[in-house]
Amino acid sequence: MKTLADLSKNERGKVSELTATGSIRRRLRDLGIVNGTTIVCQGVSTHGDISAYFVKGAVIALRKKDAEKIYIE
Amino acid sequence: MSEKKTTKKRGEYKIALAGNPNVGKSTVFNYLTGMRQHTGNWAGKTVQNAKGFYTYNGIKYQLMDLPGTHSLYSKSYEEACAEEYITFGMCDAVVVIADANCLERNLNLVFQVTEITPNVILAVNLMDEAEKNGIKIDIERLKKQLGLAVVPMSAGRKKGFEELKEQIENMCMQPVKKQNDDFGKTQGCMGEINRRRHILVQEIERIRGNDYRNGYFAMRLLYDEKYSEKLFKNLDFENSDEIMEIVKALRQELYSLSVTDEVISDCLTSELSSKAEETARDCVTRQTSRYKSCLNALDRIFTGRLTGTVTMVGLLLLVLWITIYGANYPSQWLSGILLGFEDKLATLFLKAGVSPWVVNMVVHGGYNVLAWVVSVMLPPMAIFFPLFTILEDFGYLPRVAYNLDYYFSKANTCGKQALTMCMGFGCNAVGVMGCRIIDSPRERIIATITNSFVPCNGRFPTLIAIISMFFLVSKSGVLGSLLSSLFLCGVLVLGVVSTFAVSKLLSKTLLKGVPSSFTLEMPPYRKPQFCKVLVRSVFDRTLFVLGRAVAVAAPAGLFIWVLANIYMGDKTILAHITEFLDPLGRLMGMDGVILTAFILGFPANEVVIPIMLMTYMQKSVLCDFSSLEELRQLLVSNGWTVVTAVCVMIFCLMHWPCSTTLLTVKKETKSLKWTAYAFLIPTLCGAFLCIAVNMLSKIFIF
Repeated sequence: MKTLADLSKNERGKVSELTATGSIRRRLRDLGIVNGTTIVCQGVSTHGDISAYFVKGAVIALRKKDAEKIYIE
Repeated sequence: MSEKKTTKKRGEYKIALAGNPNVGKSTVFNYLTGMRQHTGNWAGKTVQNAKGFYTYNGIKYQLMDLPGTHSLYSKSYEEACAEEYITFGMCDAVVVIADANCLERNLNLVFQVTEITPNVILAVNLMDEAEKNGIKIDIERLKKQLGLAVVPMSAGRKKGFEELKEQIENMCMQPVKKQNDDFGKTQGCMGEINRRRHILVQEIERIRGNDYRNGYFAMRLLYDEKYSEKLFKNLDFENSDEIMEIVKALRQELYSLSVTDEVISDCLTSELSSKAEETARDCVTRQTSRYKSCLNALDRIFTGRLTGTVTMVGLLLLVLWITIYGANYPSQWLSGILLGFEDKLATLFLKAGVSPWVVNMVVHGGYNVLAWVVSVMLPPMAIFFPLFTILEDFGYLPRVAYNLDYYFSKANTCGKQALTMCMGFGCNAVGVMGCRIIDSPRERIIATITNSFVPCNGRFPTLIAIISMFFLVSKSGVLGSLLSSLFLCGVLVLGVVSTFAVSKLLSKTLLKGVPSSFTLEMPPYRKPQFCKVLVRSVFDRTLFVLGRAVAVAAPAGLFIWVLANIYMGDKTILAHITEFLDPLGRLMGMDGVILTAFILGFPANEVVIPIMLMTYMQKSVLCDFSSLEELRQLLVSNGWTVVTAVCVMIFCLMHWPCSTTLLTVKKETKSLKWTAYAFLIPTLCGAFLCIAVNMLSKIFIF
């Protein structure tokens, strides 16, 4: 299965599952990352450790290890 | 805060300003109250509640600017504060400010607030920006859909305030009275939750009577038992144990149906999300816009794989160069004027019958140094700070965090530390307070302790002065200032690299742990309000720092004068002190006087050089220091070399934070231990580096 971290620049995906737990799960949900949300990757940083994503009208940057907890289809 | 204690003043209404981070709450607050709360284009700028007042149609309103929050259920400190105020602050109305660019996401909070109070006004801000982005919002439809008062606004352009004030007045005069008993779905997982919520609401009602918030309280208790602490602290609750027993039983039931806390949270958020999506689908239309693609192109440059770092260093250099080059002119102008007064002042004093000895001390000693502080220290501060604020308003700081995140992740810390580090360039105390945006306590303490590794605005002029005195003696003009900025940039990079190194060290030793998860919001670029930035920086910041410097420099000067004139044995007290510190100072490549100056500069770093000068002047002949060259001669005649200058710069970069910063550390960490570490770690690093430089120079130069 693909995760958000697999997206390269300008690729998009639809959220299918969230495996993050605890407060970050809640935070991601509150930012509008629920099942079915479309997310577009806006860019990957120089060292590839953090990427910017366009979610529901705003841009949010997530570290790779957190993006890997968001499965997409 | 607590409902138990507060009684409302008659004829004064309480309004809370809530909203997601970075939607312009503080801008609205400032406009309404005429106050000057700092604003900035990044999520987390406001970490403290700010209170202000305004009058409309003869009625006084108290306005509370809350820190930005995405959700009332969030566990982060400042968001929990916002929740507490909205829930227990006895507000007459809550104005939720939303960003028109991402209304859908913002509606999440709107729905949550309507669970607590029916007196909600939705202010859709940034309508102008949204229009440029090709987003249209049907306000009338939104009103109907939400059943709330909705005000379209463009706070930056001062639009929408009249209507907002009118709506607030209406709401205060005629509060909505209704029950909150419609909990939505009865099927599925949400149905299981809602059924139990209903039971709990009835129990709470039995004890406390009708309250709009009961439904919300019930939900919070089912979601998280710990919420009871907050609840019972703020409300008189008889039989609280009884309620908690019911809560525990209901939660147990949910658990047995495998409805865990996480499931509850998921159900709640997905329900709100779909509600928001539905509303947005009906009320918001999007078109492609050229403006937006321009902004995207900018972002590609500022955060690009190659261009990101290059532009970051370039921008830093540019800012430093403008600061140094630009400061020359006002410096010369100010010193011309201020030193011109010196003789006149002396003549005036002599005519008034003051003894020449006192005149010498007060005018040629005190006033001279003061004039130097003003003319050399003030201009760089007055230029750097607005430039920094312009970058902040523009929305660049989160991009810095994005570009630097790799290093912070290597140091096992939070990427948002870059934001607090950047704030430290302005003022370390502000930077330390800004550490609240970091949720993980471990990472927050690391960011707090390492904040003073970046030089604050008050330490900049010291660094600049030493650079131009000792490293660029014969160079002036554009080339000279360019070289100075390169030098200064090097010093700053040293500070940033030390931040990474010390953060990593702390992560491996005292504050072991893996980096926590976080989200970094990248706000859209916004045009800075140049005039406002200028006025605000000069009045709020520069004059404050200068005032502090003068307030500290004057008593410090007097103190030094007293020390230098009271004899103990055959030497003055000052000589005793400096001689006592001299061996340590020498070991670190400096001398006793410099160390004394750093110690006396504890209340304000800005005065280190002036104190140093005053102390040297007690020993040597007074000279006219209208130019840096003559100052250099004073220092050289007191034994300064290039190595001394390097060591002073290193120690200026790394020593104990000023008293204000340390007090803030104490306040924020609530721990003497961490405050002590915040004092010791930079000091030890600085001392160690200075000793190393001194040793190496002895080996290689001589």
